Amino acid sequence: MARDKGAMRIMAVDELAEALGIAPGMALADARARLPDLQTTPYDPASDARWLEELADSCDRFTPSVAVDPPDGLTLDITGCAHLWGGEAGLMSALAAHLVQLGLTLRLALAETPDKARALARYGGEMLRVGRKLSPRNLNEAGLGYQSQPRQTSLQDARTPRDVMDLPIHALGMPDEKITALRRAGLRTLGDLAVRPRAPLAARFGKAMVAQLARILGEEDVRITPRRVPPDISVVHRFADPIGHSDTISATLQSLATAAVQQLAQRGKGGRAFALMLFRSDGQVQRLSIGTGQATRDPNLVLRLFQERIETLADPLDPGFGYDLIRLDIAETEPLEADQLGLGERDTPDRALNLLTDRLSVRLEAGRVRRFAAADSHIPECAGFTVPAAHPLLPLAHHAPVSGEPPLRPLHLMDPPQIVQVIAEVPDGPPRRFRWRRQVHDITAYEGPERLSAEWWKRRDGAGLTRDYYRVEDHAGRRFWLFRHGLYGREKDSPDWYLHGLFG
Amino acid sequence: MVNIVDSHPSLAGLKRQIAALTPSAWAEGRSRVSFGLDPLDGRLEGGLARGAVHEVLPRAEGDWASASAFALIVARRAAENSGKILWLSSDAQRRRYGTPYGPGLAELGVDPDQIILVYAPDDLACLKAAADSLACTGLAALILDMGATQRLDLTASRRLALAAERSGVTALLLRPPASILASAAASRWQVAAAPSAPLPGNAPGRLTLSIALLRHRGGATPFDMVVEWNNEYRRVCEPTLLRDLPAPHQRRQMVA
Repeated sequence: MARDKGAMRIMAVDELAEALGIAPGMALADARARLPDLQTTPYDPASDARWLEELADSCDRFTPSVAVDPPDGLTLDITGCAHLWGGEAGLMSALAAHLVQLGLTLRLALAETPDKARALARYGGEMLRVGRKLSPRNLNEAGLGYQSQPRQTSLQDARTPRDVMDLPIHALGMPDEKITALRRAGLRTLGDLAVRPRAPLAARFGKAMVAQLARILGEEDVRITPRRVPPDISVVHRFADPIGHSDTISATLQSLATAAVQQLAQRGKGGRAFALMLFRSDGQVQRLSIGTGQATRDPNLVLRLFQERIETLADPLDPGFGYDLIRLDIAETEPLEADQLGLGERDTPDRALNLLTDRLSVRLEAGRVRRFAAADSHIPECAGFTVPAAHPLLPLAHHAPVSGEPPLRPLHLMDPPQIVQVIAEVPDGPPRRFRWRRQVHDITAYEGPERLSAEWWKRRDGAGLTRDYYRVEDHAGRRFWLFRHGLYGREKDSPDWYLHGLFG
Repeated sequence: MVNIVDSHPSLAGLKRQIAALTPSAWAEGRSRVSFGLDPLDGRLEGGLARGAVHEVLPRAEGDWASASAFALIVARRAAENSGKILWLSSDAQRRRYGTPYGPGLAELGVDPDQIILVYAPDDLACLKAAADSLACTGLAALILDMGATQRLDLTASRRLALAAERSGVTALLLRPPASILASAAASRWQVAAAPSAPLPGNAPGRLTLSIALLRHRGGATPFDMVVEWNNEYRRVCEPTLLRDLPAPHQRRQMVA
């Protein structure tokens, strides 16, 4: 239940409540009047969405291309995946069995385009619940969008135009007033619409409606946007009995890696990002990913990095009742010359260094191993931009120091800048003395200000405070980089001072 | 009479084992990292040992940036123009002193592309990453900044020293001021900031450090010295203007 327009309303009901006449949209007071024993829990869309994501994860076992259709739907693109499950019928019953086992009530449909499948699932057919015996035949009776004729091998045969035609016009997902208008015109099913010329329909009800109709009828094919980019290469191992022993898992990993690397070699490519998906028989999924700085086709390197990754897990791998499917995806590939491996140059300095950064990236997480990258900005913190070591951005150009000039930029940059108390003779003059971390520094030498304005052209309001940077040295010879944030009198009445960096 | 120690096979074996375990980086014949300043290199018989661990301590908390600059100088001398330097620091140190800054490194004469930054979440991860880095022959130098920690004890530092010797990576350990923990480092330095020779207009000058050798495995006598880093030629030089500088109290009057 949730609060809607001042009244508590029922958002969703379970099977029993539905049987007793409670429906979503009903006010809580009405429902209570009918059923005093009604148990309610607050509506929590965020955790529903999380759960849907988890469900999508567990459906990754059927195809790498899964899209979430909020608030309560999933769309799976099973192109090229059905043969692994003994055809479309086999995949459908495996999917239904998997989801029903998780305690779901569901509507399933299979069609050649995503929108058609979505319309069939949401507005046609009957619900599948726990306790019903599942078989292809049973599924078909439940109104699923495919027919289990013996000849049926492809979607062309599985096409069910009549089913779509029978769907109510609600399936178009139009606002209520348009639906009413359609109904007043005597149009009740999609079939009524489909036989009419489209141009007048578009003129009366809008182009969007006609486009949606074309999609649902399968005339137009708009692919789903999967949650993750489907991997270039994906190798799967399914187990008749769930496995849980770590030796078996690593042996499987080894064979998967070898198989994947063979595919890479055939295409003349090397992998840069790998993901290992461990599907538990109870629907939980664990996803481990690794990346390498250089494209690789070395199965041992992949194995080593995955071992490293497994060792760094906060909670060790928990197979529960065992994994029944393990998949290795290669998410990112790059062309790789065939001769890069096996010339015995594994110990060249570059290779050793790449291995080190890869291992550290896997163990400490990739964001912790960084290098400097070029950034086109005069804002100091942007100019010292760093990226993960394996990132393809260009490195920071090295400008040779100017003869006789001291360094004008600090060796260490504070992030964020540290606020300091500064005494200056005049508010817009150089600092005389400052206090940082409970220590007072008397400034004996300074240079500045170096005035850096904010990137006003990037901001809509054109605002942003100007910074006046000073290079200062204190009585002990320590060198600091200070700035005054805002021009005195023009941008700010009492600008704050910050310490932004330490020179050696 | 036969020496009882040498005669006993197991004891002799143990002695050999100990000899093999002890880092010999300070032994003769190893290549050295010179500072490029004759009086300084002369006292160290040519420079600091390559493939060894050197400790750098700031004199006081506020001298930390100077100590890290000194470590960077040694690393840059060891890496020369193209070698890679891995800067490994713990998150605590990163929060305290900020992160190495690319444009600043470039102005000190270090190509930012030579630097790999690694941030470890805690001391243990830091130490493990250090051990891995020191085993990597593709690296020229490692700067390890862990702050105050009990983990970097004698055993750990000996392990690092052995790894450094095997791979030839020069390691620089930034330790907190007045660290008393024993270590297997080949040398120990104390570094403080020193007033630079001001440029026209009383602008702060080049990187100037007051360095002191506290300990040296090769037997060099401790000394202290004020040096300047020439960012153009990438070498340490004498602060040429030092004698012309007014004393600190005069300078303060000048400014006031």
